[in-house]
Amino acid sequence: MGYLKIDRVVKTYASGPKVTEVLSDIRLTIDKGEFVSIIGHSGCGKSTLLNLIAGLTQVTTGAIMLDGREVNAPGPDRAVVFQNHSLLPWLTVYDNVRLAVSKVFGSKKTKAERHDWIMQNLDLVQMSHAADKRPGEISGGMRQRVGIARALAMEPKILLLDEPFGALDALTRAHLQEAVMEIHARLGNTMIMITHDVDEAVLLADRIVMMTNGPAATIGEVLPVNIPRPRNRIALAANPDYLRAREAVLRFLYERHRFVEAAE
Amino acid sequence: MSVTALKPKAAPVAKPSAQVLPLPVTPRRSNRAAAAGRVFAERIAPPLVVLTVLLAIWQLAFSGVGSSLPAPSDVWTQSRELITSPFYVYGTQDIGLGWRVLTSLERVAYGFGLAAVVGVLVGAVIGQSVLMMRGFDPIFQVLRTVPPLAWLPISLAAFMDSRPSAIFVIFITAIWPIIINTAAGVRAIPQDYRNVAAVLRLNQVEFFWKIMVPSAAPYIFSGLRIGVGLSWLAIVAAEMLTGGVGIGFFIWDAWNSSRLTDIIVALLYIGVTGFVLDRLVGWIGRVVSRGTSE
Repeated sequence: MGYLKIDRVVKTYASGPKVTEVLSDIRLTIDKGEFVSIIGHSGCGKSTLLNLIAGLTQVTTGAIMLDGREVNAPGPDRAVVFQNHSLLPWLTVYDNVRLAVSKVFGSKKTKAERHDWIMQNLDLVQMSHAADKRPGEISGGMRQRVGIARALAMEPKILLLDEPFGALDALTRAHLQEAVMEIHARLGNTMIMITHDVDEAVLLADRIVMMTNGPAATIGEVLPVNIPRPRNRIALAANPDYLRAREAVLRFLYERHRFVEAAE
Repeated sequence: MSVTALKPKAAPVAKPSAQVLPLPVTPRRSNRAAAAGRVFAERIAPPLVVLTVLLAIWQLAFSGVGSSLPAPSDVWTQSRELITSPFYVYGTQDIGLGWRVLTSLERVAYGFGLAAVVGVLVGAVIGQSVLMMRGFDPIFQVLRTVPPLAWLPISLAAFMDSRPSAIFVIFITAIWPIIINTAAGVRAIPQDYRNVAAVLRLNQVEFFWKIMVPSAAPYIFSGLRIGVGLSWLAIVAAEMLTGGVGIGFFIWDAWNSSRLTDIIVALLYIGVTGFVLDRLVGWIGRVVSRGTSE
């Protein structure tokens, strides 16, 4: 049995008499320690799927099970790294992470242990030098690093990344992809990452979940990426497995499920 | 921009050898003096000039014999003691205007303090729900426009005593903008922050202190700022009717004994105090909500 099991999940939104099916019959099983990328055109409901796993939105029918327990509310066992970092601007970097740590480990760790844990997580994303800065004083890439540190500091069963690098420039994005790969290698977390970047999906993931276009989007294809880790983006540029995977995703997105702007 | 005029060249014959001249060491200080001068010219001089002109016009307009209102010079000659020594005490009813302002401020502190606490809490609760907002908002919008003094008879009837009545009038005047602004601030909390709170499973109290108050602080403080201004309006009006030793009653008393110059001095005190209150709340707001907006 998988660690995270998404079983026949349907999500509909009702506005008055009109019912829109956003996600239809999603079935996916993810193993512990696996890195899964979810890719699809915008509006295909991939963020909705992530919100369902996070418990921020409720499934209409079907069920999501994590480690044998049903997901029906948000919680720190499913930490989310949001697209726009969502750091609290009035708190310093340290205090942003501390808010999470003292909530999750308030009774389990002593004050000194909590401090060490906060610094350890900031070290992990190389942000301990900016511990006393406010989010407004650091760059977008740094904020996203802190967002990852905050999520990791909750010691989640699964880390959910909602297009975390979508708003960053290409170079910063590459740095953060390296950071995420390193963290995944070091800690072995289960991670789900939403992305619309084909290279990012192939580089990071063990499996790529490709979604069809909405409304009533569902999983069109699941592509295993059998490239050994650690992966190096320069070496991969000429790797036939990498190119084949990349081509498969591109074909799916641009041939079979081409995004039609006026789909409605 | 200044253009330095080039000196006409002197005859090259006269100078036998180069001379080393020590450079003046003072330009720093003169720079600073110049900066201070600029601040004075840009910030302090304009209001002073306007004030002087206004006082002059006032003086000219009312210095004639038999004019209905006193001129500034009359105010100075007749009510000098009120201006120069705000904190004298000659008897229970004969005290300096500084004391009277403080007495009024004490009432404002009770009424406004209560309004701030209740207003923020009620606003926080109402702002959480669209339905509550829809239900309450029209009522608040109507009650908000009721002038402070209109509440006074009701509160006198309810409390049967002037002191709590005055405080209640301040409370009921100041609370509406605080509620309305807090509710608006709570509605404006970004969904991102709510998601963070949800993932962390913050409870209601933690959410209130850690997310809601800091996030809505700019809104809350603009409500508090309007509220404190209204409180100060209300206290003067309420004291004129309820008596006591406050600044409002002083004006009423001065009117009854035809001391018009005293009233003018009192107006000055009220104006300055209101201004200070407004700036104080504004300043606290800026300090507290520092960092809220990136």
